[in-house]
Amino acid sequence: MAEQTPDFLAGYRNAKLVKTVLAEIHQTVTQPWTLMEICGGQTHAIMQYGLDQLLPPEIELVHGPGCPVCVTSLELIDQALMIAKQPDVIFTSFGDMLRVPGSKEDLFSIRAAGGQVRVVYSPMDAVKIAAENPDKQIVFFAIGFETTAPANAMAVIQAEKMGLDNFSILPANVLVPPAMHAILSSPNNRIQGFLAAGHVCAIMGYWEYPPIAEQYQTPMAVTGFEPLDLVEGILQTVKMLEEGRVAVENAYSRVVTYEGNKIAQAMLAKVFKPVDRNWRGIGTIPLSGYGLQEAYQQFDATQRFDTGSIQTEESKICIAGQVLQGIKKPSECPAFGTLCTPQTPLGAPMVSSEGACAAYYRYGRKKS
Amino acid sequence: MCLGIPGKIESVYEDHGTKMAKIDFGGVLREACIEVIPEAKPGDWTIVHAGFALNLLSEEEARETLDILEQMSELAELEDQEHSG
Ligand code: SF4
Repeated sequence: MAEQTPDFLAGYRNAKLVKTVLAEIHQTVTQPWTLMEICGGQTHAIMQYGLDQLLPPEIELVHGPGCPVCVTSLELIDQALMIAKQPDVIFTSFGDMLRVPGSKEDLFSIRAAGGQVRVVYSPMDAVKIAAENPDKQIVFFAIGFETTAPANAMAVIQAEKMGLDNFSILPANVLVPPAMHAILSSPNNRIQGFLAAGHVCAIMGYWEYPPIAEQYQTPMAVTGFEPLDLVEGILQTVKMLEEGRVAVENAYSRVVTYEGNKIAQAMLAKVFKPVDRNWRGIGTIPLSGYGLQEAYQQFDATQRFDTGSIQTEESKICIAGQVLQGIKKPSECPAFGTLCTPQTPLGAPMVSSEGACAAYYRYGRKKS
Repeated sequence: MCLGIPGKIESVYEDHGTKMAKIDFGGVLREACIEVIPEAKPGDWTIVHAGFALNLLSEEEARETLDILEQMSELAELEDQEHSG
């Protein structure tokens, strides 16, 4: 696959160019700065390429809550488990979700006990399963940020077009700007600059961010996922901080525009409406999630299935909430790497391929 | 989760009135929904996430950014040589 990457994209992994930008970061920095990369995919890329270790010691990268699997509330996971257990239900989900611990079990154990739980690559695949299984109820666990929300919305639109009355979603989408507000307004906040998540902005653009940057005097750079993108985003943010300038810049211009994808935004507004959402380990953030619009209520799995009253119970040891807010590093968790490993996860950040705890474990960042 | 994979559009078609495309990811062909990039045509680059194209990928912008960095990098090398020479 690598040799088929065209030169104009392969250049974003060019070590010489990455080193040039790193050198400029070293030259620019005169004092300590704390930046947060929102997106868990970026956390993993930073660890994988060892970029955190090549930055000047003045720059601290704090890992944000941008791991949808990690922030999906325990109530929603327990609801998903309850629905997945029902006979005649095929529960569909992205693979990452299967091992996330609910209060007592996970989707994987339900599948092992004979429940129909299927991993899909795309929400559209779940619609296909619904068309092929008219005698079953197909439920899709609609998690994700603004990046995934249009695919989730499209699945609902497609099911409606195809007249499928055996398809529904468990709405669990979360939104970045309200989370930024929550982080920046917290009394514990240490974040001075943000790397805004490139693929969220591919959809949403970055017109929502200047007022946030202004309100909290926090510069941001829209940042991609290749090593060169990441160091560019860091350089632009650090330059703004050093110059005392507050703005939102775009370090991912090959994919992101200021306006974003207007058609996708219109699709989101048609299918979804902002609702208050509980983030696992963080708490409820006002208007930080997507629920279905009135016109699409019939596709809401919580209306279709009685999930009863759910009593949730979190692990007592896991400090995922603090990790997700950037207050603590995974390696500061007493269970990290001992009681809690990817094989025996106590919290979602150790399960997900984007979780900060899994990144620290995988890339051997044992000591902070 | 929000990882998007760049791919090149091979062909476009419709499924139940929804715009779809066959997309080449480094030699592997997969289908994706291109409903939000209706202007996409064969030969265009896009970023795909969860079977859904997020946006077109501008080859021109990509090259421009790289060119600027290449120049920076060459300048830096020249300076290094001057310092050591
Ligand atoms: S290491 Fe495990 S127990 Fe500790 S915060 Fe991360 S997920 Fe929770």
